[in-house]
Amino acid sequence: MTENMSGSTTGASGQPVAPDKKSIQDVVIRFAGNSQDGIQSIGGFLARLAGRTEKDVMTYMTIPATISGGASIFQVRLGTGDVLSAGDEVDILVAFYQHSFKDNIQSLRKGGILLFDSDNVNPDVNDAKFRSVGVPITSRTVEAIGGTAKDKGKNMFVLGLVARTFDLDVPKLEAMLQSYFKGKGDDAIRNVMNAFHGGYSYDIGKLMETFKFVPPADRAGRKKVVTDGNQAIAYGALAAGIRFGAAYPITPWTSVMEILRAELPKYGGMFVQAEDEIAAVSMACGASYAGHTALTGTSGPGLSLKSEAIGWAVMAEIPLVIVDVQRGGPATGLPTNVEQSDLNIARNGSHGDAPRIVIAPGSVEDCFYTTVEAVKLAREYSCPVIVLSDQALATRVEAWEMPDFKTCVKDISPTFEPRGPGFKPYENTPSGIPSHAAPGTPMVDGRYPIVTGLEHDEYGHPASRPANHVMMVAKRRRKLQMLALKLPPPEMYGPPEGEALLLGWGSSRGPIREAVDQARAAGEAVSAIHLRYLLPLQAGIQEIMQSFNHIFVVELNDRGVHGYGQLGGIMRAMYCDPRIRGINKTDGLPFKVREILAQLRQRLPTVPTAGMD
Amino acid sequence: MTTSTAPTIELKPYTKKELVGDMPTWCPGCGDFSILATYFKLLEKRQIPREKITSIAGIGCSSRFPYFVNAYGVHFLHGRAVAFATGVSLSRPDLHVCVFTGDGDAYSIGGNHLTHAARKNIRMTLIVMDNQVYGLTKKQTSPTSPIGFKSKTDTTGAIDHPINPMKQLIAAGATFVARSHSHLPNHVAEVMDQAISHDGFSVVEVLSECTEFFPGAFDAANPRKGGKFELVPKEHDVTDEAAAYKLAMADFPGYFGVFMKVNRATKNALEANLIKETQAKIGIATPQDLLQKSFDRFA
Repeated sequence: MTENMSGSTTGASGQPVAPDKKSIQDVVIRFAGNSQDGIQSIGGFLARLAGRTEKDVMTYMTIPATISGGASIFQVRLGTGDVLSAGDEVDILVAFYQHSFKDNIQSLRKGGILLFDSDNVNPDVNDAKFRSVGVPITSRTVEAIGGTAKDKGKNMFVLGLVARTFDLDVPKLEAMLQSYFKGKGDDAIRNVMNAFHGGYSYDIGKLMETFKFVPPADRAGRKKVVTDGNQAIAYGALAAGIRFGAAYPITPWTSVMEILRAELPKYGGMFVQAEDEIAAVSMACGASYAGHTALTGTSGPGLSLKSEAIGWAVMAEIPLVIVDVQRGGPATGLPTNVEQSDLNIARNGSHGDAPRIVIAPGSVEDCFYTTVEAVKLAREYSCPVIVLSDQALATRVEAWEMPDFKTCVKDISPTFEPRGPGFKPYENTPSGIPSHAAPGTPMVDGRYPIVTGLEHDEYGHPASRPANHVMMVAKRRRKLQMLALKLPPPEMYGPPEGEALLLGWGSSRGPIREAVDQARAAGEAVSAIHLRYLLPLQAGIQEIMQSFNHIFVVELNDRGVHGYGQLGGIMRAMYCDPRIRGINKTDGLPFKVREILAQLRQRLPTVPTAGMD
Repeated sequence: MTTSTAPTIELKPYTKKELVGDMPTWCPGCGDFSILATYFKLLEKRQIPREKITSIAGIGCSSRFPYFVNAYGVHFLHGRAVAFATGVSLSRPDLHVCVFTGDGDAYSIGGNHLTHAARKNIRMTLIVMDNQVYGLTKKQTSPTSPIGFKSKTDTTGAIDHPINPMKQLIAAGATFVARSHSHLPNHVAEVMDQAISHDGFSVVEVLSECTEFFPGAFDAANPRKGGKFELVPKEHDVTDEAAAYKLAMADFPGYFGVFMKVNRATKNALEANLIKETQAKIGIATPQDLLQKSFDRFA
């Protein structure tokens, strides 16, 4: 929680703040209950509200890997500045049960508030590290709903409590609730509103201070939307012009395919649930070959299975978009936890020399635009493009600017202009980019192309001649070298020179930036670059690294037997710079800002020694 | 899919000659030659525009087929041709999709994909050239090899109970299932013609001798070699699954002809219908409109 330090009773814009309300810029609230308690709903509504009232928001949730039962938490960080991470420490812990209190109390910051259901929780009220505020949530909910012993609706009661505590926009919240529960019947709406008002009218101000957000600095911009990363990917695919997809359900990818299955028919397209991962990627190859660039998606286990087909698309030079929503590995691993350990297989997975494009979004908004770009690149370079998202991005909710659909929506329907005479789909041109003719395309000389996974000549006919394979392997690699020349330089966060450079990729962007902010505030010369293109790599990384004394690659994977993490290993191999070290973590949770800083500060004074640092 | 139909070009009628692609790499006497010739004959008869013909194959001797046909063709991965063809068939209702494969590709590694394409009734014609051996890799046991067959992976004779492809295909729910023998090309033509005409997932299992690694495998069904070519009885009801299964249970060489021919909605039609109904419900809307509507809900 960052408070307004001016000590006055006016907010940033000069508006008077109610004297009993503490002025704050952001707050981290963690709701801890069970998976049947509708914890995610509370977080979801708050997140949506944040987007609609010009606050930034980022969320973090855990779901147990079982189907029902088990502890569930949802953490939401609301703020009127830029919210970069879901928050290291919790300001307010809302605990529904005794185990919710016990399992989560250590995440509450010193001086934070434990808001507990006094009907179910018996905290240690003598612990001076935090303040306890007990509210009889269960009994009051039952009372508010009227009569029945059911306590369903506790989450709405708590939402009301939170609205009161933070002086949130109640009319907007009520409108959201009405709209969300509209289809569920009058009884449901009545119960929801009664529970909500029960919480809102509870005089929480008698037990603890209440807060008001500092109004946001004037941010003239587009309206904001609130989605999770998987939604952003699905709708990005639709905007990009994808009209055929095939996939197999696997956590945490599944919600993308569920959206696409429901939405694609509206756009004249279809999404097929295949019998297995290999069938899915094969169907996508077929549709792409036949002229409709297709999308498939999965998580780690499925990416392993799809390797052979990805190699086929490299060899046959067919566009293909593969989304990998990474999770804890290896094998079945941690289906509902985040990890960034598929980088190596995304870049290299498949036997042989099989170069492809790999890109990784760094935020929920980026999930949308990266998917749009992936489709464009797949078509331009006629090869597979792997989009590396992860469980954290998939499930976290962020507010981001409404896309401009007039500019980002593409039509990628096949055209069937006649080709030939002497059509060469795999001509050895300087760019290396092939020319693909979808079936249905007339050939003026009556000779039709063949597409194959065997090594082939310029006409696509199988050829094992030594010089031909040399030429073709070089051609497939060369086209990506051409792409590398066109990529923008990596985005610099902080000054272009200093003591330590943090290098990251994927969903860790927020915590890394926040670490830079905090380090710089403490006088440390730390900057960061975040890579979006993992293959080919952007030019200019080496030059940037030269302006720093220490380089740390921050990623959620293991150092490995001889290595420095997956991106770390790649950086060391590329640039042969012994100063490159890794800040790694494999606990299945997103980076906390303090974890990055702790590792950085602990290792800065030491001289890097090969491998064992 | 609304934007997926290529214009049909008016070309003068073609002959089999124009369909000839690369020189086949099969051994002299290979049963697959007969199927290739039959395919040319049928295409010439039907005059399907060449740019609409799409041959898809997996891996194996018989899977070399697409190279030998001068039309669109794809050589995909071992066992996955049917899945690839599903993507082609569903996204391009205007194409003629024909899959050429063998017993290993279709019944071993590809078995699961066959089952699901059959049950979903994906529109395509699948020709399985069954020689009961792995020929391209030079004589290993196949899932259809008979017990006792001596191969390089069963030097003392195959011990595994073989798959019965006809039972498998009937049980999977394929809506057209037929069996033929490459040494009887007229019969091959007859059933293959019906297979192509059938709107749905059509399979023809063709016994196709590998002269190199399993010569004489199908002599017992070849009248010219003293065998008996027994046709499916005239009174067989091709819509009767149990009766078809019973025919499939006959000892080798078994029956030849059409075992199953039923009409069932194809996934192609069902999906097209879903699109039609969905679009009718929402009315005329551009992708921009649709996306804006979705995102207004997220705002």
